[in-house]
Amino acid sequence: MNGFSFWRFLAVLRKEWIQVRRDPFTLRMIIALPVMQLFLFGYAINADPKHLPTGLLTAEHSVYERSLVAALKNTGYYDIRELSSEAEAERELADGDLLFVVNIPPNFDRSVDRGEQPSVLMDADATDPTAIGNAAAALGALTTALDRDLPPSMRSTPGKAPFQFQLHARYNPEQLTVLNIVPGLICIVLTISTLFVTTLSITRETERGTMENLLAMPVRPIEVMLAKVVPYIAIGYVQVVLIVAIAVVVFGLPVRGSVPLLGLALGLFIASNLALGITFSTVARNQMQAIQMAQFMLLPSFMLSGFMFPFKGMPIWAQWAGELLPMTHILRIVRGILLKGNGFAAIAPDVWPIALFTLLVAVVAVWSYRVTLD
Amino acid sequence: MTDDLVIDVHDLHKSYGARKVVDGLTMAVRAGEICGFLGANGSGKTTTIRMLCGLVKPSGGGGTCLGLDIIRDAPRIRLQVGYMTQRFSFYEDLTVGENLDFVAAVYEIDNRHAAVKAIIDRMGLADRADQLAGQLSGGWKQRLALAACVLHKPKLLLLDEPTAGVDAKARREFWDLIHDMAADGLTVLVSTHYMDEAERCGRIVYLSDGKLVVQGTPDEVAKGSGLVTLAATGPNLDHVAKALRGMVGVESAAVFGSALHIAGMDRSALEAATRSVDPALVWREVPPGLEDVFIHMLSQT
Repeated sequence: MNGFSFWRFLAVLRKEWIQVRRDPFTLRMIIALPVMQLFLFGYAINADPKHLPTGLLTAEHSVYERSLVAALKNTGYYDIRELSSEAEAERELADGDLLFVVNIPPNFDRSVDRGEQPSVLMDADATDPTAIGNAAAALGALTTALDRDLPPSMRSTPGKAPFQFQLHARYNPEQLTVLNIVPGLICIVLTISTLFVTTLSITRETERGTMENLLAMPVRPIEVMLAKVVPYIAIGYVQVVLIVAIAVVVFGLPVRGSVPLLGLALGLFIASNLALGITFSTVARNQMQAIQMAQFMLLPSFMLSGFMFPFKGMPIWAQWAGELLPMTHILRIVRGILLKGNGFAAIAPDVWPIALFTLLVAVVAVWSYRVTLD
Repeated sequence: MTDDLVIDVHDLHKSYGARKVVDGLTMAVRAGEICGFLGANGSGKTTTIRMLCGLVKPSGGGGTCLGLDIIRDAPRIRLQVGYMTQRFSFYEDLTVGENLDFVAAVYEIDNRHAAVKAIIDRMGLADRADQLAGQLSGGWKQRLALAACVLHKPKLLLLDEPTAGVDAKARREFWDLIHDMAADGLTVLVSTHYMDEAERCGRIVYLSDGKLVVQGTPDEVAKGSGLVTLAATGPNLDHVAKALRGMVGVESAAVFGSALHIAGMDRSALEAATRSVDPALVWREVPPGLEDVFIHMLSQT
C-alpha cells in the first residue's frame, strides 16, 4: 500500500483511456475546437498601446539627435533608453524587452546639414503587429522634428524631408497579424481543452458516486491524478500538431526555431494546465464549481497574457498580474521560437515560471485530495 | 478461528457539526458470521460501515476490524475488505469485464485475467461481460458490484443495502451467493430494510439514532422484545385492522396475506382490544416476527 505503484497507476490509466474513448462527443469537440477557433479569430483585435519600450543606439550625442528623441517621446508611443551596443539591442529585441530600437547613424547632424537626407533605422519587433502598428505610423509625421533647429530653406517640405525613417519590421516583415495570433491560439486552445477536461475529472467521480469506491480501493491519490492527466497530454499534443499544421499550410506561419524545443515547452505548459485542472477538481465540490474555477482562470489568461492586447501596452499592475500566468510565459516562448527562432537560452526566463507554477499547483492538488469522505 | 472477532469496535462516535450520526456504538461480529445491520433511514448504518473501512474518520471511540486498528491501519484494512456501496459506484461507461479488470488491476491481483474470468463465471455474468455497466438492470448491477468487491478475496464483506430496489428473485439469488461465501469462511456485515433478509442473518444488530438498540440472533431479538403477537384469520381483516389501530395496548395491526397480526407489550390490553371487534374472529398467539419487533422499536424511538 505504501509508495507509488506503477501497476495501480496503469490500472487507473487504462480505465481513464477507455472512458475517454467512450465519450466521442468530447473527443470530437477537442479536435474541432482548435480548427474552429483558428478560423474564427482570423484577423484580430485592435489596440493602441503607448509607452512602448524603445532602445536608442547612437554614435554620438548631437543637437538633432536630441530633438529627434524628444519628438519621438512626445508622440507618447516611445519610452526611450540608451543602449550601449548592437549586441545588447539584438538580445533585448529577441527577449521581447524592447519593441523598437532607434539607430541614429554616425555624423547625423552633418548629413542633415548637407541635405543628404540620412536614414534613421527603426528596428521593430513585428511579432505582434498591433502592438507596434500605431507607433510605427506616427513616424511618418516626425520628419518635421528638426524643423525648428534648421534654417527655413532646409525645413521639410512635401516630398523632401531633412532625414527619413526606415522601418525594419523584424521577425514578421509583412506584419501579418495572423502570425501573432496563431501562436497565441495554440496556447489558448490548449488551455481550454486540457484545463477544462481535467477540471471535471475528479468532480465527475464524486458526482457519479464512483469516488466512494475509488477511495475504498488501494489506489493512492498521486496514482489517480497522474492517470487522469496522462491521456490529455497525448490529446494536447494532437491538438498542437493540428493547429501548427493548419497555421503553416493555411496562414503561412514560419517555424524558425527548434520544433523539439517547442514541443518540450508546450509539454510543460500542458502539464501546468493539467495540474491546475486537477487541483480545481479536488477543491471543487461539484462540476459546476469546477467549471466556474476554470473560467475564473481563463479570463485573465485571455486578457492579461498578451494574447488579446499587447502586453507592453498594459498598465504595470496588470503586467505584474500577467507575469503570474503560465499563459503569458508560454505565449512569449511560442512566439519567440516560431517567429524569432529563439533557442533555449532566450526562452529560459519564461520556462522556470511555468515550471514553478506547475510544481506549486501540483503540491496543492496532492495536499487537498480527500482520502476520506468526511 | 470461529471465535475471533472480525469487527470489534467500542464507543464509536461520529458527528457532523452538532448532528450526532453515530453515538456511542459498541458492536462485535465473529468470523464467518452473517450479521444483519438494521435500522431506520438515517440511523447511522452507512456511516458505521464507512468508519469500519476507513472512509470516514470516527470523531471518538475506536476498535479493530480484522485485527487492525480502524483509525491507524485504514489502508491495510481496505486491502482485506470488500465494500459494496449503497449507490452503484462502478463505471457505467465501462463494460462489466472492463470494470472487473480495473478492480483486479488496482488490487494488483496475480493472474488478473484468470481471476476476472473466474469471478465472471461464478457470478453468472458471462453473458453480460461485454455489456456497458450503465445498461445493466438493477439486479445485474448489484451482482457486478458484488463480483467486484469479492474479486480480491477479502476476509470481510461490508454490504450497504445491497438489494435495495432489486426484484424478489434477484434478491433471493443474491442472498444465496452471500450464504455460499459465508460457508467458505467469509464474514459479512450487511445492512438491509427487508425483514426476510434479516431473518436469513445469523445475527442482527439494530441501530436507532446512531445507538445500538438490540443485537442477537433473530430469534433472541424477537423473544427478547417481550412483544405479544396475536393473529387471526377471517373476513374483512382490513376493516378490523383499521378499527384496532390506535386502541389502547395495540402498537401495530397489519394484514399479512390472509392473517391479521396485532402486537403490543401489554397482553391483557391487547386481548381486551380483540374482544371489542368482530367476535367471530378466532385469535391465537404467534411468536413475534422481526417486523413486528422493529415496528415496535421504531415507534418507541
